[in-house]
Amino acid sequence: MKIYVPLDSAAVALGADKLVSAIQAEGARRGVTVDVVRNGSRGMIWLEPLVEVVGSEGRLGFGPMTVADVPGLFGDLFAHPKALGLVEELPWMKGQTRLTFARVGVIDPLSLEEYRAHGGLAGLERAKGMTKAEIVAEVTESGLRGRGGAGFPTGIKWKTVSEAPGEQKYIVCNADEGDSATFADRMLMEGDPFTLIEGMAIAGLACGATKGYVYIRSEYPVAIRVMEAAVRIGREAGVLGPVFDMEIRTGAGAYVCGEETSLLNSLEGKRGVVRAKPPLPALQGFLGRPTVVNNVISLASVPVIMARGAAYYKDFGLGRSRGTIPLQIAGNVKHGGLYEVAFGLTLGQIVNEIGGGTATGRPVKAVQVGGPLGAWFPVSLFDTPFGYEEFAGKDGLIGHAGLTIADDTVDMLAMARFAMEFCAIESCGKCTPCRIGSTRGVETLDRLARGDTSAIPLITDLCNTMKAGSLCALGGFTPYPVLSALTHFPDDFVHAKEAAE
Amino acid sequence: MLDSADQSDRIAEILEAHLGLEGPLLPILHAIQEAFGYVPDSAVPQIAAALTLSKAEVHGVISFYHDFRAKPAGRHVLKLCRAESCQTMGADAVADRIKRALGIDWHETTADGRVTLEPVFCLGLCACGPAAMVDGRLVGRCDEGIVAEVAQ
Repeated sequence: MKIYVPLDSAAVALGADKLVSAIQAEGARRGVTVDVVRNGSRGMIWLEPLVEVVGSEGRLGFGPMTVADVPGLFGDLFAHPKALGLVEELPWMKGQTRLTFARVGVIDPLSLEEYRAHGGLAGLERAKGMTKAEIVAEVTESGLRGRGGAGFPTGIKWKTVSEAPGEQKYIVCNADEGDSATFADRMLMEGDPFTLIEGMAIAGLACGATKGYVYIRSEYPVAIRVMEAAVRIGREAGVLGPVFDMEIRTGAGAYVCGEETSLLNSLEGKRGVVRAKPPLPALQGFLGRPTVVNNVISLASVPVIMARGAAYYKDFGLGRSRGTIPLQIAGNVKHGGLYEVAFGLTLGQIVNEIGGGTATGRPVKAVQVGGPLGAWFPVSLFDTPFGYEEFAGKDGLIGHAGLTIADDTVDMLAMARFAMEFCAIESCGKCTPCRIGSTRGVETLDRLARGDTSAIPLITDLCNTMKAGSLCALGGFTPYPVLSALTHFPDDFVHAKEAAE
Repeated sequence: MLDSADQSDRIAEILEAHLGLEGPLLPILHAIQEAFGYVPDSAVPQIAAALTLSKAEVHGVISFYHDFRAKPAGRHVLKLCRAESCQTMGADAVADRIKRALGIDWHETTADGRVTLEPVFCLGLCACGPAAMVDGRLVGRCDEGIVAEVAQ
């Protein structure tokens, strides 16, 4: 009997490890040999822990499972109270276009054989037969843009590093996924680590880099463990070696290290302070040498592009947003999780049709798209299609494609204040607009909360200063949640005044 | 508790094991904190000498990162997520009740040395908030009942 129980952090946080013990104990009690495979998550977090039993017609899902539901797995499966049917046939799974996440939840993350059997390493094999310029051209042609948030074309970045002079070059993977509502990097690293390794190895070939680093935040202990194990396995199997090798590094709790130049300083063992650009990291990055810094999902999307061709990938999407995007639907939502789909769904489709509205059953009031530095969108903007330019056109951003859904109890002035408070806590201190502006922002919003509406022009002015004068996105984008809250939910900012009077 | 000579020997071992790395300081600090539960002040000159850095530079790095402690934490460390997604699921109210139950605020340790309470900004459990971490173990959809887990 073969049973899949996810090792994914979300599944574990909801009790997956206890289920494994219970399944093994129940199997032993009944004298049934049970082969438990720890897979990644399918991304349906509201059904986690989602256990799958391999049947004659496919993998049958059961969830959300509790220890009390375990004995039922050894009886009539179709009569099990948590039976969901064939996992692949669930609407959530069938509606997706899983390119980057094709294997996540499907295979044993640490089985290189299964990885190969499901199409893994085909991209790297193809890349080995190509010149550096050909690989760069293929990635450029795919239209892939940085999935970390900035949306810079991946192929252009690679071209700069590839053509830069230098004896030693590096591929650095930014796995410092600190934005609230984002967990795609974590799920990919936990559920299909070899995809990231393969993507980095291809990047190494394209750029002439022999060494890679994955900088993973310390808040992700499971991802660190799985990636370290995958690197060891990859090395033993010769996937990693003299041509390209890599190390896993652990962050230390600084949000700003998700900014690429802070990350490089941190990797070098320094304070994670932002560097002014130029010089670009592509020319003078890690230890002053040419360095590609890419997000996990950018790098993990490369194997499928190389295996199936740029045209195949580019065919998905809209406008200048090509390919697929792993949406992370989170916060107060009925059906939260990861949903990979071509760019172009409207915000309303994502929130209401895929997410099913709020978990509390109350009306949706606002959706923050792109993490703590992203704008809050009101329901009136739900017709905005999901794409880089489309969101920018509405004074927002898609960032790393995380969505925090909030119901009508959310106080937008409080959320604006939180954005400034967060910036003040996490500012690296290098530039004044961010270091000082965020603290002044908290104070100014507190004035508003006390009913002093004369602070509105001041907060607007402060936000413009931070936008224009900050060195990186932390200070530069904190105004997005603040100004969007003020613009779209003005009542939350004057209500305080009425209360004061 | 190790005496200072043992502590110094252990730090020397850690330094020795990491000196071949490119950018070894963060891995060294993580290893020291793993060994002692915090980064003792006495480690600073030792690290500085090994990496040919000034003591101020090493101190600057330690104090920059939220993870590194200058003194030991309580027997249990309870981290509660304060980020937006968890807030939309009532994390602030849960945190307030936990603070009242423990009688401490953020970054504080109970008088009996039992538990240290810390905020964390995102554990990547944003679709099953409020999220928490108890001594390195992840918990989704947590409430004040989690206090029972740090009762001993």
